[in-house]
Amino acid sequence: MTLTQQDIDQEIAAEHAAYEKRVADGAPVEHHPRRDYAPYRSSVLRHPKQPPVAIDVSQDPELVELRSPAFGDRDITEIDNDLTRHHRGEPIGERITVSGRLLDRDGRPVRGQLIEIWQANSAGRYAHQREQHDAPLDPNFTGVGRTISDADGSYRFTTIQPGPYPWRNHVNAWRPAHIHFSMFGTAFTQRLVTQMYFPSDPLFPYDPIIQSVTDDAARQRLVATYDHSLSVPEFSMGYHWDIVLDGPNATWIEEGR
Amino acid sequence: MTKIDTSRPDSVLPTPSHTVGPFYGYALPFPGGGDIAPVGHPDTITLQGYVHDGEGTPLPDAFVELWGADPDGNVPDTDGSIRRDPATGGYLGRNGVEFTGWGRIQTDADGHWYARTLRPGARGHSAPYISVCVFARGLLVHLFTRIYLPGDEAALAADPLLSRLPDERRDTLIATDQGNGTYRFDIRLQGEGETVFLEFQ
Repeated sequence: MTLTQQDIDQEIAAEHAAYEKRVADGAPVEHHPRRDYAPYRSSVLRHPKQPPVAIDVSQDPELVELRSPAFGDRDITEIDNDLTRHHRGEPIGERITVSGRLLDRDGRPVRGQLIEIWQANSAGRYAHQREQHDAPLDPNFTGVGRTISDADGSYRFTTIQPGPYPWRNHVNAWRPAHIHFSMFGTAFTQRLVTQMYFPSDPLFPYDPIIQSVTDDAARQRLVATYDHSLSVPEFSMGYHWDIVLDGPNATWIEEGR
Repeated sequence: MTKIDTSRPDSVLPTPSHTVGPFYGYALPFPGGGDIAPVGHPDTITLQGYVHDGEGTPLPDAFVELWGADPDGNVPDTDGSIRRDPATGGYLGRNGVEFTGWGRIQTDADGHWYARTLRPGARGHSAPYISVCVFARGLLVHLFTRIYLPGDEAALAADPLLSRLPDERRDTLIATDQGNGTYRFDIRLQGEGETVFLEFQ
């Protein structure tokens, strides 16, 4: 049976309606996707059926999960956050600057922590041997970067605007352009891997991955804002994207919450 | 909406999680990711296992992160897990001397992973364990679990997490001793023998 975009659209709409009903009936807002989200077919066999077992971190401040691995200057090079400079030549595409702050749930900066990114090139092709999309590879672009948040929690990357690309979730499935982000917080519980999108992408309604975030406001938090003050004259377009890490950390305990 | 106004706490809401997808290969794994133990350390243990989906098929495109205390129960604050070479832009590898406590290991084509780390010491109210975070294509939010080591039955029995699980679920968190300091820990994402996954609150 061929799975069409129309089939997926219907499933996405049903999941969205079910979420809206849950909230209307008094259920809490869901900031994250459910791991069981059938429109994204790869999730079907890869989500636990048992509910997670809750750990109340306030019962034991010594939990190793309330601490985070450390990263430092040894773990990055000076140009790791400039993805346009990792090869001898210039990559093809529109240069962009992506910057923002890494924050915790209290809005405090997360300092000195590792942020890793990866993305497709301007043609929508990853430098990965299992990638089957036959768009051109760019010998001057691997699409991988990393940095460490500064004292203000700020980060900054220079890269190339990634292209959208087809995938095989269903017939004519296309991913909106995005950059993958991986972050550490002050506690391992705050670990986050996600994807940043670009404003007004026409593919948003069709994509079961971004739509897996069924809360409309939460989904908007995955979309960067064009920020002219971040655009570099004669060089790059600027996008602003702040990241808020979820999960309890040790400070919450100190404050008695 | 993606500029967070930190003066308004009600506007500080979490960034949603997404799957890592299949194409993180150049970005996240690094050489020596599982060689967490300093070279020749007498408390070195080897951990190995598979990650299985709901049909029992091993995942060739998952990775795990391990995070644990040192043998005295102290949490490392040492960086240098992913040391980079500023000359070539490549990796230098760990220095083999310091213990960072953290590693990242992708499953191979057979769905198998391994790591060499230090036997963790006890902290707080818990029996010794290593924290595990699992990532994979198809997994929209990563999963936390723990590897407890067999041997000290009294400590395991007193552990606040293990003691409130039914036996068959509890056993999914305790590695199997394979001798010579090697322990087997399989992760089953779904179905029979499903691993206990954790939610921190």
